[in-house]
Amino acid sequence: MKVTIDGIPVEVEPGTSILNAARQIGGDIVPPAMCYYSKLEGSGGKCRTCLVKVSKGSEKDPRPMPKLVASCRTTVMDGMEVQNITSPEVVEARKGVVEMLLLNHPLDCPVCDQAGECHLQDLGFEHGAAKTRYEFDRRTFEKIDIGDKIQLHMTRCILCYRCVFTADQITNTRLHGILNRGDHSEISTYITKAVDNDFSGNIIDVCPVGALTDKTFRFKNRVWFTKPVDAHRDCDKCCGKTTLWYKGEDVIRVTGRKDVYGEVEEFICNTCRFDKKKTADWVIEGPRKVSHKSVISSNHYEFTPLPVVKTNPVLMEANKEQFERDTRL
Amino acid sequence: MLRVEDTQVSVEFSPELLNKFADVVSRYPAGKQKSALLPILHYVQAEFGWVSPQAMDKVAAYLDIQPIEVYEVATFYTMYLLRPSGKYVLEVCRTGPCGIVGADKIMDHIEQKLGVKEGEVTADGLFSWRGVECLAACGFGPVLQIGPEYTFYENLTNDSVDKLIGDLKAKAKN
Amino acid sequence: MGRKLLLEHINVPGINTFDVYRSKGGYAAVEKAIKNMSPEEIVEEVKKSGLRGRGGAGFPTGMKWSFLAKPEGVARYLVCNADESEPGTFKDRYLMTYIPHLLIEGMIVASFALGANTSYIYVRGEMMPQIRILERAIAEAKAKGFLGKNILGSGYDLELYVQPGGGAYICGEETALLESLEGKRGNPRIKPPFPAIAGLYGCPTVVNNVESIAAVVPIINEGGDEYAKLGIGRSTGTKLISAGGNLKKPGVYEIDLGLPVEEFLYSDEYCGGIANGKRLKAVVAGGSSVPILPANLFLKTINNEPRLMSYESLADGGFVSGTMMGSGGFIAYDEDQCIVRNTWNFTRFYHHESCGQCSPCREGTGWMEKVLHRLEYGHGKMSDMDLLVDVSKKIEGNTICPLGDAAAWPVASAIRHFRDEFEWHVTNPSAAIAGNYGLAHYADPLPKLEEKVA
Repeated sequence: MKVTIDGIPVEVEPGTSILNAARQIGGDIVPPAMCYYSKLEGSGGKCRTCLVKVSKGSEKDPRPMPKLVASCRTTVMDGMEVQNITSPEVVEARKGVVEMLLLNHPLDCPVCDQAGECHLQDLGFEHGAAKTRYEFDRRTFEKIDIGDKIQLHMTRCILCYRCVFTADQITNTRLHGILNRGDHSEISTYITKAVDNDFSGNIIDVCPVGALTDKTFRFKNRVWFTKPVDAHRDCDKCCGKTTLWYKGEDVIRVTGRKDVYGEVEEFICNTCRFDKKKTADWVIEGPRKVSHKSVISSNHYEFTPLPVVKTNPVLMEANKEQFERDTRL
Repeated sequence: MLRVEDTQVSVEFSPELLNKFADVVSRYPAGKQKSALLPILHYVQAEFGWVSPQAMDKVAAYLDIQPIEVYEVATFYTMYLLRPSGKYVLEVCRTGPCGIVGADKIMDHIEQKLGVKEGEVTADGLFSWRGVECLAACGFGPVLQIGPEYTFYENLTNDSVDKLIGDLKAKAKN
Repeated sequence: MGRKLLLEHINVPGINTFDVYRSKGGYAAVEKAIKNMSPEEIVEEVKKSGLRGRGGAGFPTGMKWSFLAKPEGVARYLVCNADESEPGTFKDRYLMTYIPHLLIEGMIVASFALGANTSYIYVRGEMMPQIRILERAIAEAKAKGFLGKNILGSGYDLELYVQPGGGAYICGEETALLESLEGKRGNPRIKPPFPAIAGLYGCPTVVNNVESIAAVVPIINEGGDEYAKLGIGRSTGTKLISAGGNLKKPGVYEIDLGLPVEEFLYSDEYCGGIANGKRLKAVVAGGSSVPILPANLFLKTINNEPRLMSYESLADGGFVSGTMMGSGGFIAYDEDQCIVRNTWNFTRFYHHESCGQCSPCREGTGWMEKVLHRLEYGHGKMSDMDLLVDVSKKIEGNTICPLGDAAAWPVASAIRHFRDEFEWHVTNPSAAIAGNYGLAHYADPLPKLEEKVA
């Protein structure tokens, strides 16, 4: 099947989502995704940051789709034409979604362990306005330890549901879920319980923000000062392939290996994550290549607008803010 | 979040109640017994006056689902009372059409009459009240409903509310 | 006086019982359909009738039925949406209370047409009395051989169950309803797949509103063509209108689609005019989700033609000067009502009822409510109106389900038509708390179109 995204054609398998087709092209035309996670079945569709415009439905039925669609949950059709950053409408809508996501987010980035690898931080940086128009108190929740290894900081949560899918699909029981509804929704166990099983630590890795953090890493260091190193070990529970995060000679954190979209390549067990923090436990493979999306390596890449944007004054205008930021830095 | 201590209330489901559960479960295809969750929670609330965590755990065991699945549902739907409430919970519609025919004044009157704020229970344990969203009786507002049978009282006035509260008090004595 | 197809016998004593309902010709449609018609013929009749979904969206029912997938060996379901929760709408409750067998009869015919052997009526939990009424009616019909195994000796089996909801407006959205019926939180599903392909338990499913199902009965009895003769244009048949607010005679009325709104509002046969001798200020014509219109724009279209109670005429002028039929929840506001307060009230409702799944609706509804609350209580700013319109635009069209649109439209339309009233709340904060903005010009005749353009 052939699909064209922002003027760039790509051949994909039937059943591929627009988002994954865009990921096959790569680069700046990939819509951001806060809730979709390719390894978790049923995820996506909720955060609305990946909205795109389908300007041509398919070769057979060329009519455009009436509304913007969530690219993570919309399957491509042969001959489909999609606009992402080449559509001012999409850019505007996404800006709106980012504003909504940040509305109740605490912006406590200076003391948040996720800072530097936070998708919301990146998203806010790329699309957000510098000022909020929201003049009311933000929604807050108490911090909760769900077990001795994981801290739930619900105030930061954007309700992507990834951790719920993870508990359902990766672990043997699910103790936490989404309680209440609307903007009172919260991740909770309802009755105080420890979320503690062989794979529960993965909910930390899938969390796009700092709502679920590793207590063993809490306030140990800013991620951009740590040195990520790929390593593996023989594990009877999981693949044993991890990234170790060093501070000097010490392993201060172990995570799954995250790809350019922040998704782990494979889920890892709690033993590897929490109990193996000595270099001697591991076979070191070499330095981890860090995604250009990450703040850790941000601003070291040149930004060039797509040719189709460059030649179109309307699109240049729509993406102006981003270009300015990118060229300034 | 509830503390574990709050959940140590013993809950027993009577054989009659279990019969009702079984009847509900029989309405769905095999393996789809989770469909019975909402009706069963209504039965639980009618029996115990509220939906306690202990009762939810037992419902989860009965339906062979995880307790969190029950908590998720019970906290999503507004009809389920997750704290002990008065014997009679007066639920007054506060939305649009009832709003323009005096729902706010009725709620003020109830608050004054019962002497408790929204969500609180009267000292005798008989009454609580709360504002709820549209009850689909917009032509007959203001309206209120009282569980567990959810009887509707329409075209409310201060006098009819007084009478209703008096009647319920008398009923509770007998 | 229009013909009554659904409520003809509503005042017959005992019409809620099987025997009386049957003596008035009830269950004739079941006999006709099961004995003399094939499922395809029934679908064809419904298509011919031009019946449009009465739940709000107005999608042609026959078309919806024909989309139902029919893979071999997979169960199909019919689910009746009786989760009536749209502020202003109370027709389904009325119908189920007084003439429950009409719904049961429609369910049997529709289930037969769709090839469903198990069907559910999902009733909002607050309607516990109506749930009991329906259960009793189902038991009666079953005892008389109209439900259960081998109905009327035809070999067709049907079990019909009533499912209570738990208190959530969102479950009126068909995929949220199906989630709820599966015992889950009422989070709308991401479509596609549509229920016609994968609905209840992943099986092909049709979800129809109570009134749509009930309308199948006269359609089968009299034929789709006869039904289509009633009404006007693509708005065929009759429609139940729930009339509430400041009316002399609020209640549920069955009207021929195409009735002039002025007649509906002022004639003694229907609403009988505005209560307490007051003047009409504004109307919400189809339930709280549809745009509110000032009296003058409601009675006449922007082209100064009389507005009719039909899908097309109510929508005349688009969202600039028109509104929508919606679910037929008709709310009239007299000159003493405050549009700002009402808009805040509606927005509080949508904020309360948002499922919280997708971010624009979860965050945006609360934001709009807070700004409207501030305006109503005298702390508003002149910039708030533009802010509200902008936030509503950020929600509209960007959400998983139509609740986002439903929350956005009332706010955008109230500001569009009553901006001066919002501004008055900002400039007169103490007066705004104490009283309401006067009627002003909302009931005055519309200016001539040329002047307006100039």
